[in-house]
Amino acid sequence: MSAELLDLDESIDLGIAPTAPSGKKRRFLFMRNAKALTGLGILGFFVVIAIIGEWIAPYDPDARSKDLLQPPSWDHLMGTTHTGQDVFSQVVLGTRSVLLIAFVAGFAATLLGIVVGITAGYIGGVGDESLSALSNVFLVIPQLPLIIIITGSLPSAGGLSVAFVIAITGWAWGARVLRAQTLSLRRRDFVEAARANGEKTWRIVMAEILPNLTAIIAAGFIGTVGFAVLSQITLSFLGLTPTDEWNWGTVLYWAQSQLALQRHAWWWFVFPGACIALLGMALTLINFGIDEFVNPRLRSTGMNARGLRKRGIRPRIGFTPVVHEAKEDRA
Amino acid sequence: MSALAESRGRVRPVHDPVLEIKNLSVDYGYDEPTHVLRQISLTLNRGEVLGLAGESGCGKSTLAYAATRLLPPPGLITGGEVIFTDRDGGRSDILALNDKDLRASRWQDMAIVFQGAMNSLNPVFRIGRQIADAITAHEPATSKKDALARAADLLDLVGINPDRARDFPHQLSGGMRQRVMIAMALALDPQVLIMDEPTTALDVVMQRQIVEQIADLRDRLGFSVIFITHDVSLLIEIADRIAIMYAGEIVEDAVAQDVYRRPRHPYSDGLLHSFPPLRGARRELGGIPGSPPDMANLPTGCPFRDRCAFAFDACAHIRPELVAPAVPGDDPRRSVACLRHDPERVAAGGFEPAPVPDRLALH
Repeated sequence: MSAELLDLDESIDLGIAPTAPSGKKRRFLFMRNAKALTGLGILGFFVVIAIIGEWIAPYDPDARSKDLLQPPSWDHLMGTTHTGQDVFSQVVLGTRSVLLIAFVAGFAATLLGIVVGITAGYIGGVGDESLSALSNVFLVIPQLPLIIIITGSLPSAGGLSVAFVIAITGWAWGARVLRAQTLSLRRRDFVEAARANGEKTWRIVMAEILPNLTAIIAAGFIGTVGFAVLSQITLSFLGLTPTDEWNWGTVLYWAQSQLALQRHAWWWFVFPGACIALLGMALTLINFGIDEFVNPRLRSTGMNARGLRKRGIRPRIGFTPVVHEAKEDRA
Repeated sequence: MSALAESRGRVRPVHDPVLEIKNLSVDYGYDEPTHVLRQISLTLNRGEVLGLAGESGCGKSTLAYAATRLLPPPGLITGGEVIFTDRDGGRSDILALNDKDLRASRWQDMAIVFQGAMNSLNPVFRIGRQIADAITAHEPATSKKDALARAADLLDLVGINPDRARDFPHQLSGGMRQRVMIAMALALDPQVLIMDEPTTALDVVMQRQIVEQIADLRDRLGFSVIFITHDVSLLIEIADRIAIMYAGEIVEDAVAQDVYRRPRHPYSDGLLHSFPPLRGARRELGGIPGSPPDMANLPTGCPFRDRCAFAFDACAHIRPELVAPAVPGDDPRRSVACLRHDPERVAAGGFEPAPVPDRLALH
């Protein structure tokens, strides 16, 4: 997953080329959306941190030192803990597990949602009934307690097992949305036409229906990743994952248990908290970008919102904007 | 264009415009716009049925939607005016109205019957109630009972038994649903009715009924109609005046019978030779070779020249404008955009003017 994201980041340069896109560059139209661009930029930053964290962390996150509870300084950019551990190193090294677990969980949950949702929507009948019932059950189960119970009963609740627990509890919403959309799509004329042409069911699902769901799937994926980040950090914060495996939640767990607030050690929880907020914002911005990109008609609208504002154009349905720009070459 | 409109105004005995479109320009796309309408001017007189004809993609519907500001994104009106003249003589520019006034003006002043209008009905409400809804939305003082009674009258007007007001849309046939839409459009006694291919999805019998109905209602209620279709033979039946569009411009604007019997633009001539006449002498069916130009990069000069049998060297360089045709004895109100009829422009461009071919100078 992270490799793919890096690819996206590289393409940003192409996307914001000042000249109008032509030919091949049209593929990157999505990248011209300012919101999506900001979101991808922040996410890309965290991905880079996750990859190179080992080399840029100045200290061993577990190493104790004599600098107890120091506020941020040039030696310790984000201060130190009660045992003199470097918070900056903990946050930097914690990034990898946050992103890895979040994306693995998001990917697995989305995949599960696609399979269950599209199958239920397309086959209908008894299959639909039972798959819908299954996703309804998962929807009404309170997620966090279930996650806590499952992680609590696992022999080792570190790393990927947490990702899969999150995936298993988080797929139902996406399946529900995809099922509804598939139900509507399979009745459309172009699907009927494909069926009349003798296309195989597989091909209809993969080539006719799935591309129409791309935007929903992408938005759902990003949403699930956000959910996974928060769930995982919650679990670590509650101390349900091993407290010596660093992620932002673990840092917060130690800050909470060692009374950072009461000791006025604000750096201990503000920096990891800010990282969580920033990552959440990045994911939300990407989702906004996808939203504006969903409707092909609005694509050109979302892309250059600033330019449109400058020209006084507010694209709305039912009230065509009027600008007096045309040159009057006819008297 | 305005000079031409003025001269027309002097000549025409009853010059009572209800809708004047002046230099209307429309783009699709904000970034790399395609100019789909380029400075179109068109006048609709009170009580007149104006037909707009042309091939698919020539901008007929765009013109109607732009004039009512209903063009969806990424449509953009880049210039011009659409002046609506009320019954009491008050004039307003549709393009300059604010949202509230525009909303109030819609349906009341100008009503639209959409392409495939029968799908515009909401399947979960009874048709009588849907018509009554439109009435109460614009006239909140009307009681529900009165509105429903008016809805029943309107259904009667378009030839549907008022008892059907309690039917749901799926209980009506396509033609009846279309007539319900027409009744709905007439609910607030509009002065302009824009019909965008209202009969395309219907069979010929139903087409005829609806066209007759519209003509009849026009005579009784006195509204003006802009009738958009690519079916020229249908237009000749219903329209008083016909404007032929090609590649986002009006190429000929004349009284319906003049267009039918004495076309002056080679494109109109081609259109008329694309279907057999119902009466009179047999005509050779010619059709029009080639296909319309790409609106995103129009050739210089006349956009029709590649398909035109009468193109000459000036056509590649000079853009034709609407002028009175160079055929003696023609109705001075008609206009045509063809260089064969505009020797002054050709001469001014430094080319040798070519005469009007016999085929475009019939009497």
